[in-house]
Amino acid sequence: MPFDLAFVWAGLIAFAVLTYVVLDGFDLGIGILFPTGRSRDDRDVMMNAVAPVWDGNETWLVLGGGGLFAVFPLAYAVVMPALYMPITLMLLALVFRGVAFEFRWRTERWKGVWDAAFFGGSTLAALCQGIALGALVQGIEVQGRAYAGGWWDWLTPFSVLTGVALVAGYALLGATWLVLKTEGPLQSRMRGYAFRLGIVTLAFIGAVSLLTPFQDPVYFQRWFNLPGSLYTFAVPVLLMGTTWLLYSGLRRQYDLQPFLAALGMFVLSFIGIGISFYPMMVPPGLTIAEAAAPDESLGFALVGTLILIPIILAYTAYAYWVFRGKVRVGDGYH
Amino acid sequence: MEHLSAETLARAQFAFTVSFHIVFPAFSIGLASFLAVLNGLWLRSRDATYLALFDYWKKIFAVTFGMGVVSGIVMSYQFGTNWSVFSDLAGPVIGPLMAYEVLSAFFLEAGFLGIMLFGREKVGDRLHMFATAMVAFGTLISATWILSVNSWMQTPAGFAINDAGQFVPVDWLAIVFNPSFPYRLLHMVLAAYLTTAFVVGGVGALHLLRDRGDRTARRMFSMAMWMAALVTPVQIFAGDLHGLNTLEHQPVKVMAMEGHYDSYPDGAPLILFGWPNAAEKRIDYAIEVPKLSSLILKHDWNAPLDGLDSVPDADEPPVAIVFWSFRIMVGLGFAMLGVGMFSLFQRLRGRLYDAPWLHRAALLMGPSGFIAVLAGWVTTEVGRQPFTVYGLLRTSDSLAPVAAPAVATSLLMFIIVYFFVFGAGVFYILRLMNRSALTAMPDDDDGPLRAAGPVSRPHKDGEAHHAV
Repeated sequence: MPFDLAFVWAGLIAFAVLTYVVLDGFDLGIGILFPTGRSRDDRDVMMNAVAPVWDGNETWLVLGGGGLFAVFPLAYAVVMPALYMPITLMLLALVFRGVAFEFRWRTERWKGVWDAAFFGGSTLAALCQGIALGALVQGIEVQGRAYAGGWWDWLTPFSVLTGVALVAGYALLGATWLVLKTEGPLQSRMRGYAFRLGIVTLAFIGAVSLLTPFQDPVYFQRWFNLPGSLYTFAVPVLLMGTTWLLYSGLRRQYDLQPFLAALGMFVLSFIGIGISFYPMMVPPGLTIAEAAAPDESLGFALVGTLILIPIILAYTAYAYWVFRGKVRVGDGYH
Repeated sequence: MEHLSAETLARAQFAFTVSFHIVFPAFSIGLASFLAVLNGLWLRSRDATYLALFDYWKKIFAVTFGMGVVSGIVMSYQFGTNWSVFSDLAGPVIGPLMAYEVLSAFFLEAGFLGIMLFGREKVGDRLHMFATAMVAFGTLISATWILSVNSWMQTPAGFAINDAGQFVPVDWLAIVFNPSFPYRLLHMVLAAYLTTAFVVGGVGALHLLRDRGDRTARRMFSMAMWMAALVTPVQIFAGDLHGLNTLEHQPVKVMAMEGHYDSYPDGAPLILFGWPNAAEKRIDYAIEVPKLSSLILKHDWNAPLDGLDSVPDADEPPVAIVFWSFRIMVGLGFAMLGVGMFSLFQRLRGRLYDAPWLHRAALLMGPSGFIAVLAGWVTTEVGRQPFTVYGLLRTSDSLAPVAAPAVATSLLMFIIVYFFVFGAGVFYILRLMNRSALTAMPDDDDGPLRAAGPVSRPHKDGEAHHAV
């Protein structure tokens, strides 16, 4: 089936999730790095580096959830109860870090509280997202049309590993974004963090990649199966390329290249996960076709989506362009 | 622990999170439009009072909107975590509507919010005005989609049911424009505007009580009272239409709202107050006006009206909650009308800024919109019970297979976090409101005013008597 609505939608949902991961990734990453700001000015600048755009970034998460509900309601209905605790904790963590953007400007006495909320919320949200990913990779038990496992099934050493890995990856994205948006001592410190976080992130990508094939023999087949392997092996090769770009950019003190390289690492890791999953929507047993809503729903939603997504990308790009350049102390409307 | 079943807990959790959530959009829908109006008036008149008011309410909007966003993200996942069977079955119909809400509204609001808050200097007045209008437009689009979703759950249309038991779309126009949608949309958008008008009016009144000469307070109070006087009657009319629509499509809900346990073959009374007695199926201590309910609902004194005795017990909503929440909403609506008429009276006498009792009344009514909105939603949502999709899917059959302890744990976490975080947010908003918008006047304008200081006070008070 070359043109299949469910398949197109799987691609669009994957695109929304990837966009979310890279966009909110760097602003969650700034939250994770928040305690490394040494002065109030440092922290003000760090937060203002994302303040005008964070809300749009997080909207991709709503699209991921809402889109899944719309076009893969069965997948949504199975995954959410299975990941009940990590999802709930992530939502609560996002509450804390989201309100911190406004609250910390509204108080002197409690500024520290909301700074801590920004750090804690960002870190916990990243951890929970990583854990949710790991739990999904390990597979979700389904009977009939419902989740059939317990409410602690998601907690395994592997899911904790993917959780910590995502925290490190987001911190890398955050550090490289701050290399782009700041200057002076703060920027050079961020360059140093990016250098170390790059190594840590790569180590985690390696560990997760090595362990993934053992979570389910199917993954092993999808990766090591000629001639498909010729394509799949492009992923690690390209990953090495982006790593080289990250470090050459950091060493030559370029502003933009490290961020783009870190984005590249995320995109490639995401493609890697996609290779493992396809054609499953929810491993091990729920396929894209089975999880999809009827074609009437898919078609109706698709028409508007194909019109609206380019418009959204255009004005989102415009908002980023308006707030381009370095963020300085005292910027902002507060 | 029989009464604390997973279903009860999940319902409590949804009621709790959605009640907290609705408060913020109810305010930000109106406030976004108010900001767009203020900015437009500032650009047209170059009267610094409008700019000061824009900057003043902008900060309050930012805090409110932030809380609305984070509590809204929770809602978009709550369907799956706690109501997964409902999501699976109703997803093909309502899911695309919610996806459209995200695509056409949330991105628009979020994309232009940054420019509206931070960007006036960066993009210039025209684009800044455009961004402000887009944020306001986005809040209205958002309301449109989500009310279509909610209305479909109340008055489902345009669907079929497939082999898996899913609701599947047949006619999208019939789904989106389902029977109760236009009424609900109008009623809710007007409610959001009135909520905002009374908050703005309350804040204006507070500062007028402190200083009658505060020209920012005068301006906002006057604008808010125009809204109160003009929109409240429209809202009462819209509410009546909505009620008649409910009678047509969800008569059982109206029976609960009216407290009609019994059928009245020749004219039903309007029960003003009373105590619903669920065990005996009657309203104790009822104060009622004979036949008035039939007149209101059927436009005929003697029209017969069925009561809950015509409905199986298993299909009835909890009467007491619906009965009371409806009366709270209607009572507040008429209190709003009273304030609006009072303000019109004082305005005609030329004493709008010189009427402490009006100001006290407006201050007291400041939060009334929130209570009315919550009471209205309780009426319509509890009145839909025991169904999620009215008449077709029972609430008890919509539940996710999640163990009660998990739901209890998450409910407890939501309660603690929401009260802590949103409590702090409300405190910050109240503190912002406690300051006069005069402090937000631009420096070049603020200087001379302050320099004039106490000397100008008597003059400004004198002005009040001439103002109309």
